[in-house]
Amino acid sequence: MKKLMLGNEAVARGLYEAGVKLVSSYPGTPSTEVTEAVAKYDEVYAEWAPNEKVALEVALGAAIGGGRSFCGMKHVGLNVAADPLFITSYTGINGGMVIGVADDPGMHSSQNEQDSRHYARAAKLPIVEPSDSGECLEFTKLAYKYSEEFDTPFILRLNTRVSHSQSLVETSDRIEYEVKPYEKSAAKHVMMPANARGRHVVVEERLEALSKFACDCPFNKVIDNNTKLGIITSGPSFVYALEAFGDSASYLKLGLVYPFADELIKEFASKYERVIVIEELDAFIEEHCKAIGLNVEGKNLLPNIGEFSQELIAEKLLGKKAEFVSLDENIPVRPPVLCPGCPHRGIFYIFKKLGLYVSGDIGCYTLGAAAPLSAMDTTLCMGASISALHGYNKIRGEENKSVAVIGDSTFMHSGMTGLANITYNKGNSTVVIVDNSITGMTGHQQNPCTGFTLKGEPVHGIMLENIARAAGVADEHIRIVDPNNLKEVEKVLKEELNSNTPSVIICRKPCALLKYVKHNPPVSVDTDKCIGCKACMKIGCPCISIVNGKAKIDATLCVGCGLCPQMCPKDAIK
Amino acid sequence: MGKNIMIVGVGGQGSLLASRILGNAVMLEGYDVKVSEVHGMSQRGGSVVTYVKFGEKVASPVICKGEADIIMSFELLEAARWVSYLKKGGTIITNTQQINPMPVITGAAEYPSELVEKMQAKGVNVIAADALSIAREAGSEKAVNVALIGLMSHALGFDRETLVKAIKMSVPEKFLELNMKAFELGEQVAPAGNSRVISLQQLLAVSQNELTENKKQEVST
Repeated sequence: MKKLMLGNEAVARGLYEAGVKLVSSYPGTPSTEVTEAVAKYDEVYAEWAPNEKVALEVALGAAIGGGRSFCGMKHVGLNVAADPLFITSYTGINGGMVIGVADDPGMHSSQNEQDSRHYARAAKLPIVEPSDSGECLEFTKLAYKYSEEFDTPFILRLNTRVSHSQSLVETSDRIEYEVKPYEKSAAKHVMMPANARGRHVVVEERLEALSKFACDCPFNKVIDNNTKLGIITSGPSFVYALEAFGDSASYLKLGLVYPFADELIKEFASKYERVIVIEELDAFIEEHCKAIGLNVEGKNLLPNIGEFSQELIAEKLLGKKAEFVSLDENIPVRPPVLCPGCPHRGIFYIFKKLGLYVSGDIGCYTLGAAAPLSAMDTTLCMGASISALHGYNKIRGEENKSVAVIGDSTFMHSGMTGLANITYNKGNSTVVIVDNSITGMTGHQQNPCTGFTLKGEPVHGIMLENIARAAGVADEHIRIVDPNNLKEVEKVLKEELNSNTPSVIICRKPCALLKYVKHNPPVSVDTDKCIGCKACMKIGCPCISIVNGKAKIDATLCVGCGLCPQMCPKDAIK
Repeated sequence: MGKNIMIVGVGGQGSLLASRILGNAVMLEGYDVKVSEVHGMSQRGGSVVTYVKFGEKVASPVICKGEADIIMSFELLEAARWVSYLKKGGTIITNTQQINPMPVITGAAEYPSELVEKMQAKGVNVIAADALSIAREAGSEKAVNVALIGLMSHALGFDRETLVKAIKMSVPEKFLELNMKAFELGEQVAPAGNSRVISLQQLLAVSQNELTENKKQEVST
């Protein structure tokens, strides 16, 4: 039966149908829904790991143990998981293994635009790239088959458009595979120099076998339209090219992007007068084509920045300009904002009020960087708020006017090692953990602190204060505050900034969007009392605006968090 | 026949249900379809857009400038933001609700005035109605997405039965009556054949009169 499915849901369906036994992932847009969707199948064990390195190692352990396994992450997550990634190539697997990684060209919700294909080449692993949901399911299943045939993990490269577009998918039943027998083999699984030297030979031989396989494999296809122009492409670029050129070009669509199908590529290129490589981000395929002596074009015509579309390809390659209506009007931008009632809002107001250097991190609270709060100096990568603050303070000695701010899930991901570094190396920085009891930005995933697993089973949640204590922060400098009590937040923050010892302040209040959170009735403005001073506007709440010189609160949006009444000098908000 | 439809609005307004209903309707009509959504960062009160493309065979899931047959907007400023994506002769169906973006809230920018008129002056077909009041009349503000589907129904050109079936497939049983009412009010506010919109108040007054007429007849017979 045909079903309309997100690319991510189709991958999950592929995992289910391929008889995958274990999934371990860390959430990250645009990859998250693969793991959420696969968790709904009772036959598959699925979990959220605290970070991508852990997830990949769990999946590798399961594969060595003989079961088919998967781990999913966004592109930057693969940086975190790079250490085990490179080793999987040497050890090989036993049960099939696929590593799903979702790139984000255009940076819809990411801090960079890196191209994951380079990892495949660097780690010497095969990488497949689907173009739509149908291929997401098909390629996932095929990847397991060939993973076991070639004794290697496959990387499945997704992308925002493929992950988050729905198209029609033909589903079938699950095939159950018995867990394969495990045979002890130090030469294959114990990667110390003597053994690894032997395995490197296997890696190179396997790569050669895979590049022969690539020339005649079900992932790659040629569409010959008897044209002068030939296009070499892959992933979502294929559908954009198809829409722009239709049958006025011929196509080599690479589903297995690396290792390169040299003979297939050469044969294709020889048939057409002009050959253009159309690929988003880096010139990965193009540079290889040139290296094997082919006269191809690509990045001389197309950008290596941002997302492609049929419009961009038609403009750059066919010189077509889109015709459209435009208004002679300045349309104000609508950037994302902290939600009404967000427990992160107040703390950023206090940071700004105190003029602190704020070492930020990755999560909803990164929006504290936006106006009018504008209270963030750096956002680097997961966990860096704490470690980078330590470095900043070692150089500048500004412990009394700087903080790190990090969420509960990000702290568990890679913040706690930074905290251990501070206590171990005689730092005395102040770390603020904004604990909203969920992984918020990616759409509410459980984490080791929340007390529930991915499958919704209750567990003993890890207490952040216990980690701080274990890391060596003194009890009296582990403070737990209600982030919506501005006076308390300010008082505690000042005390800890001025102490000459490491401190951890846990701002604990669940995300306002969680279903179990009860809201208060909306507040309103007494216009007789309001003097129009705009003090309430400083917290950047989307519910508050100034109408005819007085504050007005949108009762349909307000959840009565109680922050703005604390801002009003005239007690006009009730 | 195939169409490119964009659903635009502010993160959190419920465009996901609207795209699910459209997706189901298109499948019932037997077309190939692709739906492209936005997740993650931009959901947090930011500007959001969903593409729904259908036809014999759909390649790219995205809609570019000058390619949309219909833009359905949950918010007036968002309709204006995406107007350049409309095809010549295309139609915008928009809720007249205004939600101030942060630059307007902070006073850094102003919410532009008379956007419907300005779009019409550029030759765009605009069906603008207070979908929020329609949804409220039907029983819940949350039904604004289905009210907009109702407003769009004639421009879409599907069998009415297809849309009704798609709504039934997409909304939970207990909210069906409410959503069907929102759909029906929407389709009556934007009747077929022209872009003339009847205000909800007018519509309700008319049906009130009809009711009274019927009662009079009942009494007289």
